[in-house]
Amino acid sequence: MANIQFTGYQRQDGRKGIRNVIVVAYLVECAHHVSRRIVTLANDMDVHLIGFPGCYPNQYAYDMMRAVSVHPNVGGALLISLGCESMNRDKLLKDIKATGRPAELLVIQENGGTKSTIEAGLAAIARIKSETEKTPRVPMDLSELIVGTICGGSDGTSGISANPAVGRCFDALVEANAICIFEETGELIGCETIMADRAITPELGIEIEACVAKAENYYRIMGFGSFAPGNADGGLTTLEEKSMGAYSKSGSSPISGLIKPGDIPPAGGLYLLDVVPDGEPRFGFPNISDNAEIIELIACGSHVILFTTGRGSVVGSAISPVIKVCANPETYRRLSEDMDVNAGRILEGEATLDEVGEEILQNVIDVASGKRSVSEELGHQEFILTYKSFEPIGPSCLPVRQIA
Amino acid sequence: MTNTKKIAQAILLHPSDNILVCVAHIYEGDIITIDDQSIVATRDIEVGHKLARRALAVGDKVFRYGAPIGSMTQAAQQGEHVHMHNMQSDYIPSHTRTRQNKDRSES
Repeated sequence: MANIQFTGYQRQDGRKGIRNVIVVAYLVECAHHVSRRIVTLANDMDVHLIGFPGCYPNQYAYDMMRAVSVHPNVGGALLISLGCESMNRDKLLKDIKATGRPAELLVIQENGGTKSTIEAGLAAIARIKSETEKTPRVPMDLSELIVGTICGGSDGTSGISANPAVGRCFDALVEANAICIFEETGELIGCETIMADRAITPELGIEIEACVAKAENYYRIMGFGSFAPGNADGGLTTLEEKSMGAYSKSGSSPISGLIKPGDIPPAGGLYLLDVVPDGEPRFGFPNISDNAEIIELIACGSHVILFTTGRGSVVGSAISPVIKVCANPETYRRLSEDMDVNAGRILEGEATLDEVGEEILQNVIDVASGKRSVSEELGHQEFILTYKSFEPIGPSCLPVRQIA
Repeated sequence: MTNTKKIAQAILLHPSDNILVCVAHIYEGDIITIDDQSIVATRDIEVGHKLARRALAVGDKVFRYGAPIGSMTQAAQQGEHVHMHNMQSDYIPSHTRTRQNKDRSES
């Protein structure tokens, strides 16, 4: 399997992408409409809208905007500023250009307003596109791929079909030296000790337990856990029940590291992404919807996202394709037009976990090779970014980097 | 019945579990087999929901995947639906749309 190859886009920073997206980024909500119009009028599947709505400064938001704008799936960027927001637009433009990508900045207050900026934006997109089209195509293999996973709209079937099937796929990818990332530390409450036992060093195990304890404290202060009413409708009763099901997406590989949003894992293996902010809760819930976590997985370099759902989610994402794996056979029958893989067959005795795991892996290879995932083809390009605060990871979190 | 494919309606995920997970809709009156015992379902149970593998008492830990997922707040008979009306988290209460509906009441 290590021999499986596909064709990627070579970036000047050495990384390789599986898409050649141009991002149009609004740097404050006030620039959202202009940016959205530019993307709509560009009418190009590979021109995606991203942005941060906040006006006050936030280091996390800057770091995330930078990380996703220089993601290997991104070929170029157009930044849209109103003019008075605090996002450091000049630094962001400089950081993107430093990676060799074509990038331009338009400030609405200096460009004559809404109509003029939309027109200037469309001209900029055409210039950037003519540059991104020259990106060299190069062979790429699974060891150069980063795959993230998330579950959304979970029900009582998620943890027995789709999630463990993704776990089988993750085991195969880690075997091929790919980087795999799982997350939702707030939905791993109850799994901390078994998870810590899988860490490659005892010190990393301690960090993992501490990060789940942090998540539990955070949610306790918020008043309730990461548990939506639909989870209960689907048969899940408690957060730890949901956690055990979510946890099975990680498969059975050893855990090589604990990262935070924007950290790119240094070598092949399985990594846990800590998505719960550090310090006292300041900005409300850690992730207000699944797409907030998807963007964090993408900021860590994920080329592809494996999204499992029981109740049925329809979302995709900007920048990296989302492959949807449906856990519940009844949901699949209702929402088949939005699903890539029907893991519900496992519950009806028509397929085994191993077979569905292999099917998910084949979907990853196909999508990496350029095939559009279902949500991608439908035009789903969700993106959400809100305020957060993180401290850098400690030295015990990435033992691999220390050895290397 | 002999020509239709027989699908298990509830499955045991781990030998030490005391609940089963419904994988095909169970209708009131269906006869379900739990550990070689035939039980008549007293209500509908939807896919993804849990039912008691054996009688459970108040305070009993509920096991799924061989791991504890909460504790019983009400007793349950063998085959009875196990959900928010008779069990709760040992960590953080589950958020629900309403406190009134007994199946969705906050624990």
